[in-house]
Amino acid sequence: MSTASPDQVLPGAYKEGFHDVNIKALHKVPKGPTHEVIDYMCDTKGEPDWMRQFRHRSLDLFLKATIPEWMPGLRDIDYDAITYYASPIEKSARRWEDVPIEIRNTYDKLGIAKEEQKLLGGLGAQIDSEMAYHNIQESLSKRGVIFLSCDDGMKEYPEIFKEHFAKSIPPEDNKFAALNSAFWSGGSFVYVPKGVKCDVPLSVYFRINAEQFGQFERTLIICEDDSFCHYVEGCSAPVYTTNSLHSAVVEIFVKDRARCRYTTIQNWSTDVYNLVTKRAFLYKNSVMEWVDGNLGSKRTVKYPSCYMLGEGGHGEILSLASSDKGMWQDAGAKLVFFAPNCTGRINSKSISGHGGRASYRGLVQVNEAAQNCRVQVNCDALILDEISRSDTYPVMEIDGDLATIEHEASVSNVSEEQLFYLQSRGIKKEDAVAMIVNGFIEPIVKELPMEFAVEINRLINLQMEGSVG
Amino acid sequence: MADTFEIQDLHVKIEEREILKGVDLVVRKGEVHALMGPNGSGKSTLANAILGHPKYTVTSGKILMKGENILEMETDERARKGLFLAFQYPCEVPGVRQSNFLRLACNARAGRDMDVMDFYKKLEDKMKVLDIDEKFLKRYLNEGFSGGEKKRNEILQMMMLEPEFAVMDETDSGLDIDALKVVSRGVNELRGPGLGILIITHYERILRYINPDFVHILVDGKIVKSGGPDLAAHLEEHGYDWIIKDAEAAPAPVKG
Repeated sequence: MSTASPDQVLPGAYKEGFHDVNIKALHKVPKGPTHEVIDYMCDTKGEPDWMRQFRHRSLDLFLKATIPEWMPGLRDIDYDAITYYASPIEKSARRWEDVPIEIRNTYDKLGIAKEEQKLLGGLGAQIDSEMAYHNIQESLSKRGVIFLSCDDGMKEYPEIFKEHFAKSIPPEDNKFAALNSAFWSGGSFVYVPKGVKCDVPLSVYFRINAEQFGQFERTLIICEDDSFCHYVEGCSAPVYTTNSLHSAVVEIFVKDRARCRYTTIQNWSTDVYNLVTKRAFLYKNSVMEWVDGNLGSKRTVKYPSCYMLGEGGHGEILSLASSDKGMWQDAGAKLVFFAPNCTGRINSKSISGHGGRASYRGLVQVNEAAQNCRVQVNCDALILDEISRSDTYPVMEIDGDLATIEHEASVSNVSEEQLFYLQSRGIKKEDAVAMIVNGFIEPIVKELPMEFAVEINRLINLQMEGSVG
Repeated sequence: MADTFEIQDLHVKIEEREILKGVDLVVRKGEVHALMGPNGSGKSTLANAILGHPKYTVTSGKILMKGENILEMETDERARKGLFLAFQYPCEVPGVRQSNFLRLACNARAGRDMDVMDFYKKLEDKMKVLDIDEKFLKRYLNEGFSGGEKKRNEILQMMMLEPEFAVMDETDSGLDIDALKVVSRGVNELRGPGLGILIITHYERILRYINPDFVHILVDGKIVKSGGPDLAAHLEEHGYDWIIKDAEAAPAPVKG
């Protein structure tokens, strides 16, 4: 195992970059995406036959599928060098004390154990392929809210699971959805019954510890009519000299008049390919909000999407990407309208510095049946130096009548006038830059839970050190 | 020396064009100087050069604050030493809350973290003087402010930072009479033995509310005439033409 000191890789010290050698895999499977690995996983997990077939079929699709021309910077992934299933634990614990000590140590270092003390509706912690911990507040479980690892969800609630699983993102959707469908493990299963409002967030932390590893968590969230939930996820990994793969699939079903908010703060180390498919189906008068913060990874390809299936729904995507040295954030959003009188909003902010590259890629599609829809798209890019880059690829396909589409985009630098103004008040140049950048992302950061907002400001300040000469 | 702000034979260019062609001026603490001049005479260039705007290059001359040459200092260092510029066009910084910005600036100027309660108490007092609503603190720095709000914000910052020398660049421009009165009230409250002020203006109007001790006239990058408050009144009546003609006839820089 080779680890690099985080300081060598990132200018600002990636504090999550440690790797715990005491965490040993209980299961070892040969490298490479093979049918044998799938059989091993199904046997180990004791999965039903339909899932075994689904996985095998998905692997065939993955092996056949090509990467679209427009999907950038993924040609050099060596799939055969990756381990597709690894777990240091036997089963998911419901009590923090039951989580193996070496895994608790890792989570302590990440400050996750502290999270448990705070006002959370539930907490989950995944390490490599499996959920080490999953627990929910009694007050929520009494009201019928289910918060389990996706594997346990399949076992304990097979009907609800089967009714929704892979229904919004089938394995045919794209190569990485197929890959996840073949090797999925862990992730969350959330079910919020009719009329139940989870007023405190459910939070999950995803950690990769193994080297040259692929993490394929799968999350399924079902919000029944008139319900509400806020799901929050964070992620990180050790700094290695080799590459790892994180390819998640997140499916959300927001039923009539329900509201769901899904917040992500992705802070993978710069050797992780982060290729994620996230999609929400929105029914009548429902609301879906994606708050998507991408701060780490080598490549991120992720466009959280809202499919407006019922009349009067509202889909919203707030996307924040910060690209530092060695990173390429290809982030964005998709809004697809199939029903009339729906509204949607995309607000994207990206920062690139130290040669990082940030792209906004967005799709707004209004189908013929979707009359009278309104969409507002804002994407702003801030470029910190001359070696960094930002691109915008907006696609609009409008067939529905009476659609109102607004699109605004801007690219800016930290302006000399703003710097001069702040400095003229005694504020040092580097503090002035930090103020301007934090101000730039403020519209998105203010939507985040407090501790995430603080963390994001800290990370962005680290990334910016020495950016503006 | 300890109480003076002194500009000596200052030459400043933007790109390759020389704008200031040898400006001399001395402002002592406790004094209010007005610098007047026609459009394009270099008034704003002087204001920006004093604070070290990167677009303006000082080619020769000195600026001494309390005997120390500030030209080698970064803008923020000059400000921490007690220099202040009230901008003609204060810029907007989206997403930065007024309250946060003011606190950071005050801490920077004080060289320590001010007690939060003391800070807000002081801020509240100053806002009252300037008729500023408390909602203002939650707004983003100058974003979406009207011209008058921006100018009041400049004076608020000046009151909070308590500079030793302040340059006010066309603070009166774009203000209606009521706003001008409010702004002047703030400046007059600040006025005292610890502060030297240089008011840059095109019109005499603001000087009716803030009475200057000295008036200087800048034409084509040089101060061509200095005098008492009556000089401003004379200008109001006769315009700048006579002085431009005089300056062309006999260029004679006068020290203030």
